[in-house]
Amino acid sequence: MAGSILASATAEAGDLAAPALDGGQRDGVLQRVARRPSGVVGLLLTTFVGVVSSFSGWIAPGDPFLLGNPALLPPSGGHRFGTDNLGRDLFRAVVHGMRTSMTVVVWVTVISAVIGITIGAVAGYRAGVVDRALMRVTELFQTIPRFFLALLAMSLFEPTLRTLIIVLGLTSWTLLARVVRAETLSIRTREYVESARAAGGNDVHILVHHVLPNILPTAIVVISLGASRVILLEAGLAFLGLSDQDRMSLGFLINNAQQFLEQAWWMSVFPGVAIVLAVLGINLLADTFNDVLNPLLRREPAGARGSILRMPGGEV
Amino acid sequence: MSAPAAIEPKGGPGPAATAGAEPLLQVRDLVKHFPVRGSLLRKDEVHAVCGVSFDLDRGQTLGLVGESGCGKSTTGRLVLRLLEATSGSVRFDGADVLGASKRELRSMRRRMQMVFQDPFGSLNPRMTVRKIVAEPLRIHGRFRNGGQARVNELIERVGLSVEQASRYPHEFSGGQRQRIGIARALALDPDLLVLDEPVSALDVSIQAGVVNLLEDLQAQLGLTYVFIAHDLSVVRHISDQVAVMYLGRIVERGTRDDVYKRAAHPYTQALLSAVPVPDPDRERARRRLVLKGDVPSPIDPPSGCRFRTRCPKAQEVCATEDPALVNRGQGHPVACHFAEVLDVVNPVPHDRLETRPTP
Amino acid sequence: MEAPGQALLSVRDLHASFHTDAGVVKAVDGVSFDLRRGEVLAVVGESGSGKSVTAMSLLGLLPSPPARVSGQVLWKGRDLVGLAEPEMRKVRGAEIAMVFQDPMSSLNPLHTVGRQIAEVVRLHTTSSKRQAWERAIEMMDLVGIPQARRRAKSYPHEFSGGMRQRVMIAIALACDPDLLIADEPTTALDVTIQAQVLELLQETKERTSSAILLITHDLGIVAGMADEVLVMYAGKVVERGPARDVFYRSRHPYTLGLLAALPRVDDEAADNRLRPIEGTPPSLIHVPSGCSFHPRCSFRRLETCSVDEPPLAAHGGEAHRAACHFAEDVVSVAPADLQRSVPSAAAAAPGP
Repeated sequence: MAGSILASATAEAGDLAAPALDGGQRDGVLQRVARRPSGVVGLLLTTFVGVVSSFSGWIAPGDPFLLGNPALLPPSGGHRFGTDNLGRDLFRAVVHGMRTSMTVVVWVTVISAVIGITIGAVAGYRAGVVDRALMRVTELFQTIPRFFLALLAMSLFEPTLRTLIIVLGLTSWTLLARVVRAETLSIRTREYVESARAAGGNDVHILVHHVLPNILPTAIVVISLGASRVILLEAGLAFLGLSDQDRMSLGFLINNAQQFLEQAWWMSVFPGVAIVLAVLGINLLADTFNDVLNPLLRREPAGARGSILRMPGGEV
Repeated sequence: MSAPAAIEPKGGPGPAATAGAEPLLQVRDLVKHFPVRGSLLRKDEVHAVCGVSFDLDRGQTLGLVGESGCGKSTTGRLVLRLLEATSGSVRFDGADVLGASKRELRSMRRRMQMVFQDPFGSLNPRMTVRKIVAEPLRIHGRFRNGGQARVNELIERVGLSVEQASRYPHEFSGGQRQRIGIARALALDPDLLVLDEPVSALDVSIQAGVVNLLEDLQAQLGLTYVFIAHDLSVVRHISDQVAVMYLGRIVERGTRDDVYKRAAHPYTQALLSAVPVPDPDRERARRRLVLKGDVPSPIDPPSGCRFRTRCPKAQEVCATEDPALVNRGQGHPVACHFAEVLDVVNPVPHDRLETRPTP
Repeated sequence: MEAPGQALLSVRDLHASFHTDAGVVKAVDGVSFDLRRGEVLAVVGESGSGKSVTAMSLLGLLPSPPARVSGQVLWKGRDLVGLAEPEMRKVRGAEIAMVFQDPMSSLNPLHTVGRQIAEVVRLHTTSSKRQAWERAIEMMDLVGIPQARRRAKSYPHEFSGGMRQRVMIAIALACDPDLLIADEPTTALDVTIQAQVLELLQETKERTSSAILLITHDLGIVAGMADEVLVMYAGKVVERGPARDVFYRSRHPYTLGLLAALPRVDDEAADNRLRPIEGTPPSLIHVPSGCSFHPRCSFRRLETCSVDEPPLAAHGGEAHRAACHFAEDVVSVAPADLQRSVPSAAAAAPGP
């Protein structure tokens, strides 16, 4: 009993204090991310990786597979990251490898986001039979081991980047779909959804204008957490040699470095650091999104109630 | 208003040729059962609304009152077909609502709108006020031609200023949010508004402003209201017609004075006598008819008269025979075998405060 | 036990504030009152008026920090403000008990209601388990729960809202408290159930000659129950007095405004317009200067009301007090007069 007394007292105190929370809500998501150290680091790292991959042709022009340099040169002014056993420039190779990683991540994320949000939103919104059917399908996909499916596909079909992207994209949406479904289930019963229906809005209208904007914060968190795992998956497959042989990949470089761990530390360290930076950046960003976006959702009602105390005049 | 019992519901849907004489809204034998999870073998159903009928003329307000779980909100949603009825019929301006196709329904919804109870839950927190009010116009493709001007007009009509329109709902107080909800409901120039507890969440001083706004809008725009509320004082203030519901049924229906001054159903009488009056002498002089027990479960409602388990007048016949909602000589329809008029609100007429005896 | 004629509870200049990032929220700002045995004191006000915080701060139930409470709460002559928690716990539940608005969240869903009542008894008395259980059943019987012996073994979710509130009252009364603080005890209940619960509270008070501090927003309940009324606005008491004085001879524009804004079920005419109070309650961080009600007041004279804060001064006898510079103007106006000044719906100008 005492607990509930306290709870209601704090609730009331929270109401009174609510205007204080309001100021924070006005800022955009990015501003709030930028206020946290982990957010700043994540943002910087991700931006860095993004810029490097986008302008790889300009930063390190030329074919990353091009041979012709002396083999196993340590890092120097001419070859900043050194050269590998076949005389390839490692700086160029790492930059292009990052581009490959990011290409895979971006496409896989887009594909899985579209599938995951669509399936989750439709299942949650329609509920009933549709929901049960879609969720069984989702569970089916969840039981497939992603890594081995990708392995299989890459060895059975043409081992191109496109195959990899399609396989990973088609198998990476399940968690997102489940989370989106749960959110949608709760949003569909809100009065503003009923109100849109009363105004004559059809299902598509309600999904696009009311459900999606409200599930987006949660979806962003799940998507960004998923993205970092895709980097590791791609690198892992390339490490096993199951990647597009025409594309430079960080995993391929690390595999290649294995035999020269003692002679040429730079062959493994630079690609390794590149992977760590990319994964760390996205993870930190996802974490910060989680902190920033979720409290926003929890806080909204309190802020709304508090505004009663705050509004000066205006009521007729 | 004539008693619906005397009016035969018409056959198929037809145009509103006799719009002037015909009630705007005709509800007949509306039934809604919600399935609930029972045991494996048994499928339970909540009997939320069980045979509700009423007529509502243009420009009138029907107050639908009752306690929680009586089915009044469900009835409102069934009328607008936000819920699908199990059976029964709803005719709006002569057209069949429950049998309408999706396309027909969409065009009907321009003319019948809803205002919701929760001024915090019924507005999308991620839309600005302008967008919220414009949404119905956009849905019906009416925004392109002068939509912006229409939105401004609506916002001002409900007593807000246009400068506030680019703000988000959480920046407004409860009363202001309810006004936004009303502006939105008015966007398509409807004939009928179903108002589901529109002022229950508001403080008294704010509530009065919203009630006045609703009255003004009705006078200016000729609106027809179905006003759903548990607050009998507000209902008396705003309604022309009143229907009292108990466990999914209308137990008494009539003009405002019929129900408030000549209540004949024991439940209406208990309900009215239980509403406190902000007047110490009157309040203490009143005789309260305190009911025993709780409302029975709507999954397994009592046989015969549903009120009999709590009724002070209940006799054997009440358990076997369901009393019809008909005029039993009280001047308005009452669903009670032993209907008897009683003024429970003002048992002793008082004229002036000063002359009242001190108890 | 208090000396004869002395107040059971005497509150003097009670303040409660919360420290937030945006500033100090003065939720209760100088509240004083006395409560005697057998009396019902009603604290009325709208949301944010500070009425609930007042009740919480009496029993030291506000979380500190952020809350800060000062002033005097004399309970049988002893000051409860600043009392150590173990001492406070002996008073709470045993001598002063509380009933809250939401009976569901106040009960533990995992324990039977009988056990929950018995626990309180065991906490404050030396009775054995068996005695406490018997007491629980006795209390349930007393608050009108049928078949108490059987129902004591039921869990909260098996009770309806009204029955749960009865259980809460049974818990509150289990140790024969001298004061019952009821914070919106019937707001979550239907009107017919509300009538039952109010009747129960009234009976209990008469039987045990205890006192009730009733916190509510419903002026109807106040009219039926209260001996004394305290009207709160923005953390302050704006009017205080015997119920008949406050209702029939309101001396504060806010009290009068509430009465004029309220539709009445006994309103014969029912066609007069309600009179809203313009504006909204102020932020408790930035309370208006002078009289905090002045921006919404129809009696205000700016040069006075926006500058001088009116004291809670006595009018027409020591008992009736109002914090208004123009209390004597206010008392000559009836709520119905105010309502007459509102334009009728038909006359209301058509919108733009």
